Amino acid sequence: MTLDTNLNHVKTEAELKDLINNNESVMVCCGRMGPMCLPVYDVMEQLEGSDEYGHVVFRDMLFDNPEAAAIRDLPECSSFRGLPFTVYYRNGKVVKATSSIQNKDQVTGILDEVFEK
Amino acid sequence: MKKYDVIILGAGPAGLTAGIYLSRARQSVLILDKGTVGGQVILTHAVANYPGLPELSGYKLASEMKKQAADFGCDILGNTSIKDFNFKGEEKVVITDSGEYSSRAVILAVGGQPRKLGLESEEKFQGRGISYCATCDGDFFTDQDIVVVGGGNSALEEAVSLTTYARSVTIIHQFDHFQGYPHAIKAAGDNPKIRFMMESEILEFTGDTDLTGVRILNKRDGSEQQLAVTGAFIFIGYQPGSKLFENCVRLNQRGEILVDEMMATDVPGVFAAGDVRQKKFRQITTAVSDGTTAALGVMDYLVGPDPDKE
Ligand SMILES: Cc1cc2nc3c(=O)[nH]c(=O)nc-3n(C[C@H](O)[C@H](O)[C@H](O)COP(=O)(O)OP(=O)(O)OC[C@H]3O[C@@H](n4cnc5c(N)ncnc54)[C@H](O)[C@@H]3O)c2cc1C
Repeated sequence: MTLDTNLNHVKTEAELKDLINNNESVMVCCGRMGPMCLPVYDVMEQLEGSDEYGHVVFRDMLFDNPEAAAIRDLPECSSFRGLPFTVYYRNGKVVKATSSIQNKDQVTGILDEVFEK
Repeated sequence: MKKYDVIILGAGPAGLTAGIYLSRARQSVLILDKGTVGGQVILTHAVANYPGLPELSGYKLASEMKKQAADFGCDILGNTSIKDFNFKGEEKVVITDSGEYSSRAVILAVGGQPRKLGLESEEKFQGRGISYCATCDGDFFTDQDIVVVGGGNSALEEAVSLTTYARSVTIIHQFDHFQGYPHAIKAAGDNPKIRFMMESEILEFTGDTDLTGVRILNKRDGSEQQLAVTGAFIFIGYQPGSKLFENCVRLNQRGEILVDEMMATDVPGVFAAGDVRQKKFRQITTAVSDGTTAALGVMDYLVGPDPDKE
């Protein structure tokens, strides 16, 4: 399976590390092309093109990619049992993680809470 | 305020079809959706009964419908919340979080959404034990004990599919009989991993951060029981998305919008199409059919009946 979205995909753990260490605000959605994941990618695609969230880097990562263990095995995700796992990193550190579908209001609520404009 | 000939609320199959017909008839059309464009179709892993197309994912079908509507000239806005509206006068006004729009006619194609149990604890455990999608989340429950709530075809079929992963599946159903088809009831009944708790309902989901159990009421004798489970899949049907419009157009007791044969509601210039309207069968094909009729009804309303069709 591949991720058929318009977001840039993270393919390796090294790439993920590089991304979160070199950008202050990063949101990564780790999922599949399923009904609970698609709405989250959709929101991210919309926000990626907006002026309001230009300070955030939006990426997705395929859940079944072995390298996605870097997200799947995070302590913050240890109790998650619903796709997708969405992780918010600030200066390389996890500041929030959610499991399962989220709508636009929920995503922007978190972005406003955890990241500085 | 940006003006359109027609505003369509809801970008599922009904709304997108209406958009295709109206934009081909040279009407300016705005389609607004509060969520992801495609509606319930994107919840569907494989659609095998849409004529003319081989089995394909719901996502692919929805993407094609969206592209077709956009190519014909519809403006389509997803993830857009409606803050207010006024459909009373000749000019219909919709105020959203991304702008204000007006039109001469409106189509309500807001479909339906999965019914939730409505328990306070339900929200807390979504993604931490509670799921509405067996195909998405089933493998998180490998060798675990889980419950499935519901008694229709979806609940029965998903319970059977979840036995691929789970150690045991308990189906909790509020009535003493199932509403599913006989073959679905038999498949669940024949599965050694499945047991049934009839005339029962969940009172509470319990656990600290993760789901560890459910408190169940036996409706026959009023007794309560705690069942240790780590997963709960809820399939209790769909409810119409008409709540926002309950003081605007006439609904039946189930909250479905009442329309005439042209899909017109009791408010002039306001039409409804698809799963949100009163009808018996809810399928992509029936939604597409409603969308077509509503678009042609709108054309009659805006420019008068097509003389060739009279
Ligand atoms: C899991 C599942 C599998 C299915 N499988 C099949 C199948 O294989 N074949 C088949 O024919 N049918 C299937 N169906 C049924 C089919 O998907 C529906 O009948 C069809 O999608 C209804 O189309 P609709 O346009 O009326 O509504 P919907 O598809 O529900 O679309 C309505 C849209 O309106 C939006 N909306 C809601 N409220 C508002 C608002 N206030 N403002 C703006 N937008 C709003 C929603 O976000 C949604 O995008 C399935 C349904 C489900 C849930």
